[in-house]
Amino acid sequence: MTTALPVLLLMTSLLPAGVTFFLAQDSHALRNALQLGGAVLKLALIIWMLFAVADGAAYEAEFPLAPGLVVLLRVDALALLFISLSATLWFLTTIYAIAYFGTKAELSRFFGFFSLCVAATTGLALSGSLISFFIFFELLTLSTWPLVAHKQDKPSLRAARVYFAYALPGSAALLWAIIWLESATGPVLFTEPPDLSGLDPAALRAIFALFIIGVGVKAGLVPLHGWLPAAMAAPAPVSALLHAVAVVKAGAFGVVRVVYDVFGAENMTALGVGVPLAIVASFTIIWGSVRALQQDEIKKRLAFSTVSQVSYIVLGAALASPLAMIGGLVHLIHQGLMKITLFFCAGIFDERAGVKRIDGLNGMGAQMPWTSACFSIGALGMIGLPPLAGFVSKFYLGLGALEAGAPWVLAVLLASTFLNAAYFLPILYRLWFLPLASGAKGDDRAPGLVVPAVVTAAATVGVGMLAASPISPLGWATLIVTQGYGP
Amino acid sequence: MSLTLFALTGAALVGLGVYGLLARPHMLRRIIAFNLIGSGLFLFFGAAAARGTGLDPIPQALIITGIVVALSASALAVGLVVALARSSGTAYLPDEEGRL
Amino acid sequence: MTALVAGLTLPLLAAFAAIALPMRARVPAALLGAGLTLAASLWLAVVVWQTGPVTLSLGGWQPPIGIALRADGLGAALGVMTALVMTAVALAARHEMAASVAGPRAGFGFWPLMLLLWATMNAAFVSRDLFNLYVVLELITLSAVALVAISGKAEAIAAALRYLLFALAGSLLYLAGVVLTYAAHGTLDISLLAARMAAPSDALALGLMTAGLLVKTALFPFHVWLPHAHSAAPAPASALLSALVPKASLLILLRLWFEAMPDLAAPAALLTLASLGAMAVIWGGLLALAQARLKLIVAYSTVAQLGYIFLVFPLAGGDGGAQVWAAGAWTGAIFQTLSHGLAKAAMFLVAGIYLVAMGSDRLSDLRGMARALPMTGFAFALASITLMGLPPSGGFTAKYLLMTAAFASGQWAWALVLAAGGLLAAAYLYRPLAAIFARESAVAPRAIPRSWQAIPLGLAVLSVALGLLSSVPFEFLQIGRPDPAAEGL
Repeated sequence: MTTALPVLLLMTSLLPAGVTFFLAQDSHALRNALQLGGAVLKLALIIWMLFAVADGAAYEAEFPLAPGLVVLLRVDALALLFISLSATLWFLTTIYAIAYFGTKAELSRFFGFFSLCVAATTGLALSGSLISFFIFFELLTLSTWPLVAHKQDKPSLRAARVYFAYALPGSAALLWAIIWLESATGPVLFTEPPDLSGLDPAALRAIFALFIIGVGVKAGLVPLHGWLPAAMAAPAPVSALLHAVAVVKAGAFGVVRVVYDVFGAENMTALGVGVPLAIVASFTIIWGSVRALQQDEIKKRLAFSTVSQVSYIVLGAALASPLAMIGGLVHLIHQGLMKITLFFCAGIFDERAGVKRIDGLNGMGAQMPWTSACFSIGALGMIGLPPLAGFVSKFYLGLGALEAGAPWVLAVLLASTFLNAAYFLPILYRLWFLPLASGAKGDDRAPGLVVPAVVTAAATVGVGMLAASPISPLGWATLIVTQGYGP
Repeated sequence: MSLTLFALTGAALVGLGVYGLLARPHMLRRIIAFNLIGSGLFLFFGAAAARGTGLDPIPQALIITGIVVALSASALAVGLVVALARSSGTAYLPDEEGRL
Repeated sequence: MTALVAGLTLPLLAAFAAIALPMRARVPAALLGAGLTLAASLWLAVVVWQTGPVTLSLGGWQPPIGIALRADGLGAALGVMTALVMTAVALAARHEMAASVAGPRAGFGFWPLMLLLWATMNAAFVSRDLFNLYVVLELITLSAVALVAISGKAEAIAAALRYLLFALAGSLLYLAGVVLTYAAHGTLDISLLAARMAAPSDALALGLMTAGLLVKTALFPFHVWLPHAHSAAPAPASALLSALVPKASLLILLRLWFEAMPDLAAPAALLTLASLGAMAVIWGGLLALAQARLKLIVAYSTVAQLGYIFLVFPLAGGDGGAQVWAAGAWTGAIFQTLSHGLAKAAMFLVAGIYLVAMGSDRLSDLRGMARALPMTGFAFALASITLMGLPPSGGFTAKYLLMTAAFASGQWAWALVLAAGGLLAAAYLYRPLAAIFARESAVAPRAIPRSWQAIPLGLAVLSVALGLLSSVPFEFLQIGRPDPAAEGL
């Protein structure tokens, strides 16, 4: 049973993916049943495991491919944190996507790659060794490419090309780093930190930089973020998935793994690579916000906001103090909930009111109250208004910065909060306080689209309000840090 | 003595063949050049057979096999040249026509 | 032993049958022969897996008088790969090389030539005698050249003649090396040569043989004949030429450097071989980037992909052979050989389907093919993943093993070649992929039965599966490996 569980977890998305590819375009019911069935089963499995892992259980499955090339799936607390996020949001995004696409063509291909992408994310989260992490990281690139290109029009194809052009050199850097490191340490398992004494500090710094470049492309670290705004050409469910569940998160998750399970906080300090990483992350936070301010399209603004917000996670990891780490980890969940709410809403504004640009949102609050309310909650959470999710993350990051002896980070957080407010509040103002433009109309009578947004918005409120409870993301992140990385 | 003679003749044949191969782009000449090189090598091989005491039979068997193989290669090559000449009216490869 | 003999004789018998039988029975006989030979190859692999290398002395004569055949893990694995590709090609050729499509001459000639090529490839995989290998190489060349010319078009005949010129020059170089070896040692058996007393002429002999084999393997700078020969042939023939034919000379090269004369592997020589390979990777990739026709892109990609394999020489050859990383590097090179064969054959068969469906393989005419023929698009994408070396394909396992060895041995420059080659492959394969997966399709293509579309897909899936299930092939390749002392990293 213990070896079967991780495999089963992977199969709940992999099997629907495999079957969906071969379904006829018009067998909607079967396809939806497969997708939702897989998602529900996966959620059930995760809840079951949450309790077991909280008691200290770990599940492991191993597939040797060649000497040194071993796929190791392992359920630990950090993996579960990421999986429970991706599984929950996968379920909601599937409902949303079914409503969003209706009966448009090419749906079997779309949902096939969609669940393949979730399978890759699951595998990535479960990876217990560096090389399995890499394998799933690449699988993620390959399975998201057709999603970005899904519309097959000029901007989508361009976006897909740009995505590939960023992702492949990134993964080359990652593979290079992994093999370089493993040539001195042997295969690296996340359970036992590798012995880095065989490499001199200069080499280790170079390896660290290569690692960060490799995962940083997906995490959208400036200057490796160029593909992310371009990828906005994809349909709304894909953007939601890319930004909140799969790709960007995989990058941030990779940073956490590299920092804590490969190098370890002590080595990072000894090598002096934590501070440069924190500076890159801080720069990304500010730069992303500034660029977001300059965008007129809703999705573009959200995209740059993602660039900025995901670096909170990187920042938390880079500071290498327990509290900052908790802040970063919990932001992995919180940012996912908030950002997916915002993308769901952006998609609804587009679908139900035909609004793509920010100046088209005037007065929509009255027309589309549910959507606008959800959007507002997401935006306020991003700004960090207590007691919403974003506040908890920022609070812990700030405490962690003080704990790590880096008070300048507080200034970054503060500046970012102001910038967040500067690019989100005008939208809220337009939604609720400006009169409706003549001829504009919209509604949110589309439960399949609105309900997922309401659920994630409610969760944004919930995880903030219930942050003190042990089963909240904060409680879980604290458990991870005290179990694995505590002093 | 005679052995060295055979070996030297073989080497000379190889040299002639290489010259023909490099100097003459006409396809039939090239095929003949290949045959010259091959014959030279076989001669050399035969000379190598008579070393030590008595005669080593293996090279003779190998040479016969080699000659058969070389013959079939030449046959295919000549067939192709004929086909080339029929379809394009020349016995030179396309980009080598001008240089003779 | 029976399996070994069956793998050599069945395709020969089928080749005769495909000539001698009445018209209607020829293709069925060829297909039957293909099926039986596939079974024999698999059977041989099972026997090797269970009992170790299978050895046979022809006519009961022991070397040095007779010729020994020996199927080790390497030979049997290449035999299985060849059998899979051959069978797939035969199934595709049933549609493509039918006399009504390809004309009576090509429709007749293709089958015996294919089967003859198969028999001789199988012989090349198991033969232990250098002269026997010369004969086998010549036969491979002759059937391959005939396959290039089979369409009878002027450009195909010119490409075939150019190929023949290079191949004959290669054969003669190889033969000269064989003659020198015999003159010095009185034997041509690989195992006996391994135990020989070194002679001064050995270096010259090995150099001549290597040069000849490099010409036949189309390693940079001897690659100029390959792209046009491979793309001028009908697509099923191209698949055989690109996926299989260079592997025979490559295997002999490996046998020479790793089994017969490993003592001569001086660092400078190994470095030269790998440098040529590295240049092939870069130059072949750049040229592939510049092509406008699918078959030419795929053909130039063969030049680049074969280059990777030559990195094995400094990583596992010479003194490196005794190191811990040697097994990984050596096996990685063979994985590259196997997965490239499967993926490349899949690509050429896809190109063949497009040629039948659209009458062209220009990228501009192939826009939107994945929509019209989804399985072909999927097959090409999977095969591309293998060639780019992305996980979880066989190409990735190959690249991982080679790269690990490069780092472990401190020769990280080769790892750079592997990484650059992967990115180049992604760049040159992106163009056909983008065209195939584009939205619009200009002309409605001819209908292609699903059973035909499934053939390249099957090969492409196999090339990926080789990576997913690489532990068994990895162990299999170690059977009878020359330096079994080192057991991987």
